[in-house]
Amino acid sequence: MLGLTKKDFSLLMLVVALTMLAPFILNPFPEGSAMAQFNAGYPDLMQRFVIFGIFAIGFNILFGLTGYLSFGHAAFLGVGSYAAIWMMKLLTTNIIPAMVLAVIIAGLFSLIVGYISLRRSGIYFSILTLAFAQMSFAMAYSVLTPLTGGETGLQLRNTDARILESAPDGGGISRANLFGLEMTSSYELTLGAWEFTFNVGYYIAAIVMLLAFYLSIRIFRSPFGMMLRAIKSNNTRMNYTGLNAKPYTLAAFVISGMYAGLAGGLMVAMDTQVGPERMFWTASGEVVLMTILGGAGTLIGPVLGAGMIKYMENIISKINETILHQWFAFMPDGIEDLMVTMVYPFIGKGWHLTLGLIFMGVVIFLPGGLVEGGQRIARLFGKGKAADAKDTQSTPAE
Amino acid sequence: MGILEVKNVNKRFGGLQALGDVNLSVAENTVHAIIGPNGAGKSTLLNVLVGKLIPDTGSVSFEGQSVLGRKPYEINQMGISRVFQTPEIFSDLTVLENMMIPIFAKRDGAFRMHAIEAVGSEKSVIEQAEHMLESLNLADARHDHAAAMSRGNKRRLEIGMCLAQEPRLLLLDEPTAGMARADTNNTIDLLKQIKDERDITIAIIEHDMHVVFSLAERITVLAQGSPLVEDTPENIKGHPKVREAYLGESA
Amino acid sequence: MDAILLQILNGLDKGSAYALIALGLTLIFGTLGVVNFAHGALFMIGAFCAVTLSRIFSMSYTVIDETQTDFLGNPLKVDVPYIYDIFGQAAGEAIIDWSVPLSILFAIPVMILIGVIMERGLIKHFYKRPHADQILVTFGLAIVLQEIIKYFYGANPIPTPAPAAFAGSFDFGALVGFDPQTIIYPYWRLVYFGFAALIIGAVFAFLQFTTFGMVVRAGMADRETVGLLGINIDKRFTIMFGIAAAVAGLAGVMYTPINSPNYHMGMDFLVLSFVVVVVGGMGSLPGAVLAGFLLGILESFASMAIVLETLPGLNQIIIYLVAIIILLTRPRGLMGRKGVMEE
Repeated sequence: MLGLTKKDFSLLMLVVALTMLAPFILNPFPEGSAMAQFNAGYPDLMQRFVIFGIFAIGFNILFGLTGYLSFGHAAFLGVGSYAAIWMMKLLTTNIIPAMVLAVIIAGLFSLIVGYISLRRSGIYFSILTLAFAQMSFAMAYSVLTPLTGGETGLQLRNTDARILESAPDGGGISRANLFGLEMTSSYELTLGAWEFTFNVGYYIAAIVMLLAFYLSIRIFRSPFGMMLRAIKSNNTRMNYTGLNAKPYTLAAFVISGMYAGLAGGLMVAMDTQVGPERMFWTASGEVVLMTILGGAGTLIGPVLGAGMIKYMENIISKINETILHQWFAFMPDGIEDLMVTMVYPFIGKGWHLTLGLIFMGVVIFLPGGLVEGGQRIARLFGKGKAADAKDTQSTPAE
Repeated sequence: MGILEVKNVNKRFGGLQALGDVNLSVAENTVHAIIGPNGAGKSTLLNVLVGKLIPDTGSVSFEGQSVLGRKPYEINQMGISRVFQTPEIFSDLTVLENMMIPIFAKRDGAFRMHAIEAVGSEKSVIEQAEHMLESLNLADARHDHAAAMSRGNKRRLEIGMCLAQEPRLLLLDEPTAGMARADTNNTIDLLKQIKDERDITIAIIEHDMHVVFSLAERITVLAQGSPLVEDTPENIKGHPKVREAYLGESA
Repeated sequence: MDAILLQILNGLDKGSAYALIALGLTLIFGTLGVVNFAHGALFMIGAFCAVTLSRIFSMSYTVIDETQTDFLGNPLKVDVPYIYDIFGQAAGEAIIDWSVPLSILFAIPVMILIGVIMERGLIKHFYKRPHADQILVTFGLAIVLQEIIKYFYGANPIPTPAPAAFAGSFDFGALVGFDPQTIIYPYWRLVYFGFAALIIGAVFAFLQFTTFGMVVRAGMADRETVGLLGINIDKRFTIMFGIAAAVAGLAGVMYTPINSPNYHMGMDFLVLSFVVVVVGGMGSLPGAVLAGFLLGILESFASMAIVLETLPGLNQIIIYLVAIIILLTRPRGLMGRKGVMEE
């Protein structure tokens, strides 16, 4: 169906179901309950889940398939963001032109960076991409201030000269919209103690992510995807089979750059502002973490990794000592304090430490990331019938 | 005029004369072996033929066209395939995928982007690949990872991948090095079968005299970077110069 | 002329730090073949060794001084460092004042220990894995290390001054015959440069003149052959990792007065140091040192007012720009060996 095998189609349908029902799934705890702080079903965070999902899916097309480790992908995301906000400032606050331009500009920029960086491989490639990204960051911060707004970045203003639309009635700043449907508008549903928010911006971003995900499945399963895996596996044989690896890797690089640009454009569509820190190398490092954590070279892994990191960043990081004391309150006082002291460094503000440890664990023990972990667990339980059948068959990237 | 003509090729590495005035002509549809003691320049010559090294002087032409200065993938597209000393295959891919890639390359050239259509819909490519695997007796392993195969089967697969491109010249670099006797014999049989079934020229660099004398129709002996003699296997066997070259090495 | 000299001097201290970190990175890469993204964290830990030691020295108890009163009329509480009780007040004050240089003695064993633990505990298992995996696991380690430091020392920079004797600046211009007050240079930066030169000299001498160093150099050139000679090269490489860690740590210790240490300083320096290593040539020790100083000085020249007027922002991008140009024109870097990290 849709040109996919049965297995891939079920995976796609699973992701469709998860993203469409996310406002329910992510808000499992009733409002006001002690567990409510673990609810992730608010628009802002849900948007981030899917946008970084797109970013990671794109990164995975490059790293997961070809093995080229880029440490500068945030530059493309940033460039896409700047392109999008200019479109909104000059043309219209409708998000379509903004996103289209974001993808095109990011694609062109990644074509230049990729063309140069791909002349080297291995660590040299990583350093070159890093150097380009840091340069873009520094320039956005300083020289290009007229274009980027420098340190403060760019926002929408009511003084912006939008050619295709008139200023909103009664002054005020017009908001990002899709043919009048504003990204910020939400519908709230209250069911007993539960509260669910359905946000326009989230659903639009989610649909874009589903399209991006579907496209990545097609790429993974295409002869092009097979060639990319072949390059990763043995570049020498590739050359001696009459194939030129460079255009393949460059195409993968540009595609992943365009994914990053799309993510950057969506960020602006959801929250109409942009600053240079979006291009800093830590942002590039983050997408590396997401992809590896979820499972590089797997289809669903990057999305899971993005979700996990964003969840930790926004939810786990908010747990403070008082909350911990409540959790362990059932224990005797001394043990309670001990538990809190032991657990506290790893959550709340220390969530990065947990992330670093999990990441190291994944690199050391689970090169296939969370997806491989899931498969191993599934195999453990499903031993006997399913597992054996699966082992004898090839298990291509899921 | 042979299919492959090497004329007056010289190659120095620093002070070392790796190839000195090499002239070689490989006739079409023959099996031509290049033998010689260690350090005779066999690998250097091979690397010149596939475009990995550029000689200091001289010319190398294939079917009348110069190969010098071309990239390995371009030379491959001219119709020269190479089998490596240690099998170079796509270990992370399945056996079937390994076989499909040269077929794609044959069909599409150095680069063509099929990014949307599924591999599974390329029926004719799959069919050709399966057919090829069957003729190599590797069909049962088609969904295994290539890395999981035995050394002998990796060699078979690599040779098969080269043949799938329908090259007019097949270069083999010590194809049985490090192989057990049974695998060596299997490889010899496979190469004999190829020779009988196809219009193909085979140039083979080999150490193992058993392999050389089972296959070769012409033999060139290299010593210290230059061809010593070139003749039929019968005449090479008792040739005093050849004995000297080999004995000189062992003494 | 004086402006040029000033820029060269200004570039020296940053260049020294780049050179020291790059030297350690190259030692590790050359001996173990590992790309260590956690090397910046070692620099940072070194800096926090200085912070720790100065805190230990300043540990104090409170005495109520009945002879004095505070502004409310209560007896004055005075913090007395324990160290005064041990060495007397004058010596104690001197020790606290000199805590940064003294930290060198403290940092050497600590850093070697950390380096050896890192190599034996983690890096060892990654020798045979692809470079991408090495980068990733050490990147993870760097995050973990900096978060641990953040947990214990907080996120804010901790000012750690140099000894009072080096606090001022001296008029370098007057010394070499320019107009007075044209080239002012803080003493400590000069100390840092001298220290870096000393360490670099020591590392090179160690590799050049000791049997240990000879074996290591041979191992860098051809690991297998040295292994065949029955020499336990792995053990020596472990020690080299410890030494590289110590070099990075010492660079960090002495850098604290120039830049107050914070938990992310390692990563900031690492990104640039990697660029330095690549410019110098992966695996080349002299290349790393040369490129470190070269880029430090270039960066300083690019921040001159005249340059910034014509090419604004050049100081921010100069290092990356040079790296890109060098990598594309001289793929092996300035002094790289053939066959290192190539396909």
